[in-house]
Amino acid sequence: MHAVEVHNLKRKYGKVEALKGISFSVPKGEIFGIIGPDGAGKTTLFRILTTLLIPDSGSAMVDGDDILKDFRSIRKKVGYMPGRFSLYQDLSVEENLTVFASIFNTTIEENYHLVKDIYQQIEPFKKRRAGALSGGMKQKLALSCALIHKPTVLFLDEPTTGVDPVSRKEFWDMLANLKKQGITIIVSTPYMDEAGLCDKIALIQDGVFLKIDTPENIIGDFESTIWSVTGLNMSKLLKDLRSHENIMTCYAFGDTHHITINRSILPDQDSTFNQKTLEKFLIDKGHKEIEIKSIQPGIEDCFMELAG
Amino acid sequence: MMLLALPMAMIILFGFGITPEIKNSKIAIYDPSKDQATKNIAIKLGTSEYFTLLEYVDNPDQIETIFQEGKVGLLVVFSERFLENLMHTGDAQVLLIADGTDPNTASTLTTYATGIIRMYQQEMMRQENIPFQIDAEVKLLYNPTMKGAFTIVPGVMGMVLMLICALMTSVSIAREKELGTMEVILVSPMPPLMIVLAKVVPYFVISLVNFTNVLLLAVFLLEVPVNGSLFSLYLVSIIFIFVVLALGLLISSLTDKQLVALLASAMGLMMPVVMLSGLMFPIENMPLILQGIAQIIPAKWYIEAIRDIMIKGLGLQDVLKEIMVLILMAIVLITASLKKFKIRLE
Amino acid sequence: MKVIVAEKLTKKFGPFTAVDNISFEVEKGEIFGFLGANGAGKTTAMRMLCGLSKPTSGFGKVASFDIEKQSEQVKANIGYMSQKFALYEDLKVWENLRLYGGIYGVPNKEINERIDNALGQLGIQDEKNTMVKSLPLGWKQKLAFSAAIFHEPKIVFLDEPTGGVDPVARRQFWELIYEAADRGITIFVTTHYMDEAEYCNRISMMVDGKIEALDSPKNLRKKFNAESMDQIFHKLARRATRANN
Repeated sequence: MHAVEVHNLKRKYGKVEALKGISFSVPKGEIFGIIGPDGAGKTTLFRILTTLLIPDSGSAMVDGDDILKDFRSIRKKVGYMPGRFSLYQDLSVEENLTVFASIFNTTIEENYHLVKDIYQQIEPFKKRRAGALSGGMKQKLALSCALIHKPTVLFLDEPTTGVDPVSRKEFWDMLANLKKQGITIIVSTPYMDEAGLCDKIALIQDGVFLKIDTPENIIGDFESTIWSVTGLNMSKLLKDLRSHENIMTCYAFGDTHHITINRSILPDQDSTFNQKTLEKFLIDKGHKEIEIKSIQPGIEDCFMELAG
Repeated sequence: MMLLALPMAMIILFGFGITPEIKNSKIAIYDPSKDQATKNIAIKLGTSEYFTLLEYVDNPDQIETIFQEGKVGLLVVFSERFLENLMHTGDAQVLLIADGTDPNTASTLTTYATGIIRMYQQEMMRQENIPFQIDAEVKLLYNPTMKGAFTIVPGVMGMVLMLICALMTSVSIAREKELGTMEVILVSPMPPLMIVLAKVVPYFVISLVNFTNVLLLAVFLLEVPVNGSLFSLYLVSIIFIFVVLALGLLISSLTDKQLVALLASAMGLMMPVVMLSGLMFPIENMPLILQGIAQIIPAKWYIEAIRDIMIKGLGLQDVLKEIMVLILMAIVLITASLKKFKIRLE
Repeated sequence: MKVIVAEKLTKKFGPFTAVDNISFEVEKGEIFGFLGANGAGKTTAMRMLCGLSKPTSGFGKVASFDIEKQSEQVKANIGYMSQKFALYEDLKVWENLRLYGGIYGVPNKEINERIDNALGQLGIQDEKNTMVKSLPLGWKQKLAFSAAIFHEPKIVFLDEPTGGVDPVARRQFWELIYEAADRGITIFVTTHYMDEAEYCNRISMMVDGKIEALDSPKNLRKKFNAESMDQIFHKLARRATRANN
């Protein structure tokens, strides 16, 4: 039995179709990432799985319980961390944890070992009001509160949004540790770079899963060839690259541009189009300091290929 | 819309409905004399725009009852052999008994009545050319010293309870929804009923404490009497608190924004209470339509009951009607609000 | 030509020094990234540059106006895109642009033409009459940027502009920024998304009110022996005493 099984969930808000038929399953103890931009449907999906919303059609089971019929049972077993961290701002760190423990009929002591690694980092501030904590600390507290009752499945809705990069990395380290304890983790994020830290990911956009697989497989399935190009005038470079007939797409990726090329055009030795000819093409257009490299696609490149 | 509609509504209400002016106030007469003079005075009183003659009282024992039941604000008592005395000795007595619970109203009523009697006196003097003197004595029941506090205090109690319970409860639940913590506690084994209780119980306790404080201050500082039993007072108050808590719950289930809950409680509850519950302006003097609306305002029943118990010293059996109405309201509201409490997010 | 000059800029709030003696310069048409953790002093520094806050000491010039003595001229010559996009959701797309045009004194006869140009550049002419609240997040962001530069200011300040947005839309947003820079508009971006730093010509990192690094992303990576801005930030942040506590 899988920890989470979802069949063809659909859900509308008025005229907007938030979920257009989502299906997937997550085995126990896996970290399953749902990666996609704002408005893709992540939060709606989470709310349905945590029994806070009813789908228009489709079904789902969480830890063996049906989300419609057995919602009371699900509510006892899952941990939920919604988008805004949902802490009691005027209570202290310690008080928040106590509240959540007692809501689940347990005590902090009983499951302390579960949250120890995380909670220890904020323990020095345990008397401080939750509202006065920084983003990273709120995140750790919210995670502790979601874990304190030893859930079997953990639902984390965008837990790293709005948090500084250092805390983000630490958070994912904590998740890896939780996985060792056998907790299944379903986590959503708009950060593509966090995708690599999951066992399996689903790329979501506009209420549809574009692809579900391991990060490695998704990257491996990338269909085109991808190069990175840099030059002095990045803006003009972008335009000129796009004007080249053999280049399918060109997107800015920070200080380089990623270009994709149809594989069929490329590398046999006689091909007239290769990195050297491209370089010449660009120099002829007046560019300087051109550097072209072959690169591995990242999750973001894959997302854009699938979404485009 | 509210910004434009509200001032207009207020002008209409205040202009037409809610006025401290007395019109068609119900009075009763005890007339042991039953002679031409008393009949004439009675007619004058009854036909004036200020008064409506409700009934004649047949014997003095009924006087107390008629006031207890709140049927009249003024009772006119003529002395025996009124006209005879007037003719032979040149003066006769009239006793004006008024319900002192609301001293403003009482004083207005007695002033009007005295004025009418004096007018009759003038007329008689012109006709018969004899100097007459009709002595009008005023007696205030329940509030002989005419303390304004007597009528205000029960009203304030009603308002305070309403404020704490309805407003604070609705805002508190709306806040949980607004901040997102409601989402998290719903996904927990805690039954929704527990969540509701957890919100409601603290305000219940605070209300009782507030009620006690107001009572103590009223009794010791303002010298308002507690003529009835404390038990009755608390019983009626507790029932009222349930009604108001349920109202607060209901409001909170309609919104997930604190501000909306606040405005709905303040505008939707406080305003009608202040204006239509009889707190400041006597209901009997409002146009019928407003009187009708006043009947569905829980505070109206509560304030009436409290006034009867505290100032008139009545017992539970006398305020049974009010208690029944409040209990009914409580049951309806509690059922409605529990039904509307959402165990999901939509 | 230097469009931003900051010399020993300091801002104190009582005993607390939010911005500690920072100095830097930004050239015309540069895309300058102003990075740092929350609480490091970025926002305070930016407010001083926008003429919204008086420095405690030090000196600054923006678009050749003194930030302390000529703050009103500074405000008239800059564009500003705030964190929350600052668009009026109940107005239509073109109405928002007209509003900003009006606020910044764009002559009436030019406004309509500029609106058409802006919408064309964004590729959303068809959405001219759509309510902003119905637009997807990525489009709102692009529109907000257009509104910020509608009056063709010399410099535009972007306060934490992107985040959680669709990757394609995000890129389109940065392409808009490139085009604006090409036209000679200087872009001053603050962000705590380190990967955004890579789009900039130069970046500075603020830690505890001081500028701890200032160079192009490429040079910084060499200097700190790091592969990404993230790592550099890590190294600097570890030294921080103020952030995240």
